[in-house]
Amino acid sequence: MDDGYFQQFLSLFDEFDVPAAFWVNIQLTFFAGILALILGTVLATMRISPVPSLRWAGSTYVTLLRNTPLTIIMVFCVLGLWGQLGVTLSPDFQTNFFRLAVVGLTVYHAAFVCEALRSGVNTVPVGQAEAARAIGLSFWPAARLIILPQAFRGSVAPLGNVLIALTKNSTVAAAASVAEASGLMRTMIEFRPDVILAIFLTFAFGFVLIVVPIGLATTALSRRLAVAR
Amino acid sequence: MSTLFDVPGPVARRRMVWVNIAATIVVAGIAVWVLLRLQEKGQLDPALWKPFLTASPWVNYLIPGLIDTLTAAGISIVTSAVFGFVFGLGRLSGSRAVRAASGAIVEFFRAVPVLLMMIFFYLGLGQLRILDPSDVPLVAVVLGLTFYNGSVFAELVRSGVHGLPRGQREAALAVGLRDGQSLRLVEVPQALIAMLPAITSQLVVILKDTALGVIITYPDLLDAARRFGSGNGNILQSLVVAALIFIVINYAITKFADRLAGRVGRRTAGKPRAEPPSLVVATGND
Amino acid sequence: MRRGRLVLALAAAATLTLAGCSSGDGGDTDTDAGATSEETEATGGAEGTIKIGIKFDQPGMGFQDGSEYTGFDVDVAKFVAGELGYGEDQIEWVQAPSAQRETLLQNGQVDMIFATYSITDKRKEVVSFAGPYFVAGQDLLVAADDDSISGPEDLEGKNLCSVTGSTSAQRIKDEYAAGTNLLEQPGYAECVTALTAGTVDAVTTDDIILAGLAAVPANEGKVKVVGNPFSEENYGVGLPKESDQCEAINEAITKMVDDGTWQELLDKNVGASGYKANEDLNPPTPAACA
Repeated sequence: MDDGYFQQFLSLFDEFDVPAAFWVNIQLTFFAGILALILGTVLATMRISPVPSLRWAGSTYVTLLRNTPLTIIMVFCVLGLWGQLGVTLSPDFQTNFFRLAVVGLTVYHAAFVCEALRSGVNTVPVGQAEAARAIGLSFWPAARLIILPQAFRGSVAPLGNVLIALTKNSTVAAAASVAEASGLMRTMIEFRPDVILAIFLTFAFGFVLIVVPIGLATTALSRRLAVAR
Repeated sequence: MSTLFDVPGPVARRRMVWVNIAATIVVAGIAVWVLLRLQEKGQLDPALWKPFLTASPWVNYLIPGLIDTLTAAGISIVTSAVFGFVFGLGRLSGSRAVRAASGAIVEFFRAVPVLLMMIFFYLGLGQLRILDPSDVPLVAVVLGLTFYNGSVFAELVRSGVHGLPRGQREAALAVGLRDGQSLRLVEVPQALIAMLPAITSQLVVILKDTALGVIITYPDLLDAARRFGSGNGNILQSLVVAALIFIVINYAITKFADRLAGRVGRRTAGKPRAEPPSLVVATGND
Repeated sequence: MRRGRLVLALAAAATLTLAGCSSGDGGDTDTDAGATSEETEATGGAEGTIKIGIKFDQPGMGFQDGSEYTGFDVDVAKFVAGELGYGEDQIEWVQAPSAQRETLLQNGQVDMIFATYSITDKRKEVVSFAGPYFVAGQDLLVAADDDSISGPEDLEGKNLCSVTGSTSAQRIKDEYAAGTNLLEQPGYAECVTALTAGTVDAVTTDDIILAGLAAVPANEGKVKVVGNPFSEENYGVGLPKESDQCEAINEAITKMVDDGTWQELLDKNVGASGYKANEDLNPPTPAACA
């Protein structure tokens, strides 16, 4: 790469605020991550509950949401929820889309969180459940006190995978009119086709920078929290 | 987890019936409200849905799109499996250098969004000119999917082997197998069986991710549905149909894999371990 | 055997890495044999096929309608290809999304592009242009019964929809109405859906694209083009940097304008919306080739 190319490339950073765009992705990931964890836990509890209709509802949710491309879910959130049904989550125009995008990311990833937790539940030996029952705990206390805490610890690694995927998938929020990294990348390519490859590498590197620490942290955490058996 | 609770008694069953009825009423209420709103906005107009009962959207858009999606997904599944096998073994290798190199490669490719990788290969292969230009989009889609999903497969192989009882390896070494033989003949086959559910979830991800290819001019089912909707003013309806096709195919894949896992599982001592799916999906396109 | 496979994979990985590095040198420097030879062969006569990049999802401009391709861009492309010696059955249509138009040309995936492709200086650095064959202007699409919006200044506080990564909506915010609420969508059809649902007040892009959308049977009578263009977009024919076909294409465009075909094709494709091209600027005279 000659000097001119590099100068051209650097000038991009005066024109476009790349870190700000990545910050939006991090915020999306943060909020959707927390909400997906809550919704996913509820779903996982439903799927192991004594009530057949709850189990059915839980697995239907997972089947429908997990098998639909996220882009479609995102478009439905904006054009369906907001465009057709008039659901408004914030009086501010842009904040509204940010929240709709969070909703889209949440409902999609909750299905994956649910499956990650269920696999965590599978790692809890049957003896634990039997012991809980033996000391007289009914379903909810047994789940809350015995099964789910161990299941969470056993599913840190899979949950980490979901978090990594969520981070990368936050780029799909561009379809919900949120100004995030992949949208900025497209704008930059539109304006500056002359430095297209450098633009691309910048964004790839940005994601590696965010995702690799998440991967390493969850791997370390899963080792630390692993239930010794 | 049926050990978690007793079979519900008569009182609990009666209570459940009432709760079910209440829940059904709530869900039905929401559904009615949604349908009324959609009706008001004219989205339920039969004219918008009727085209899907004719041949044209299927013959010209959806079926060719589906074929493109399945082609890219089919090739990627095979190549990802090879990639995952090679680097999964690499991460288990006795040589520290091979382990480190495999680990770095796998971690890197897991971190970069698939879409960015596809764009990269599309630009790179295009400049290299080693391929017929019209093949470049497909190859770039396949490479992008392979490097990401192959990395996930590699991780599954590694964690699967680590999850096996230590006795398996010890027994293999005791009967005189060398390290590599033990891995190849004893450990990896068992690990793969244990990881089947996770592997199948990844297959679903590959299928859905082909939709990213539209950004680098590889047409697919989702893009076909958008094209059809664009000219007929029924883009929401087209996307609903596309979503249904995706759900049906993915559901079939999952069911097939579940049964396979069940059958294989019965023949082995190891219990199939459901490790969770990882996932990445489609972004929109211009 | 296992080792052999590993070596193969590593070799493949290495090649790809190299691919990445070498392409960093920039697209315009590496003139390649492949596409050039194909070009020259193409100009010769009616041999082989020609690959033309068009939009597949813009009714009225470039659109896949069943098994056919329709629109003004498509018809112009057919005429020009005909002048170059290619029959309609020798044209291979390739989808050319906005973000990939330069790459399609550089890769040799297409021989030329007719896809609402505005001639700009930045683009000229990496591709060549023939034409322009049409001058569009940025305009607004609004609901048929909406008389409150007659230009970009009226968008203050209103909701405006455009396509992700496009320059047109940002221009309105920067130059005309800073208080515009901007919705970005993957495609214009999504924007029109939001417009007919009443959740956005206007859709913006080039007037002729809007006219094409307004002419779709499902949208007829629901939306209208404001007809007050406030920019100048010169649609050119995108060509690979090293192409020598520019002159021949310009001749074809001039002929098309002179014999009335140009007007005929315009009326046929977007006339139904009541849209009239800006007559001060249209039809344009092709610029001299570089």
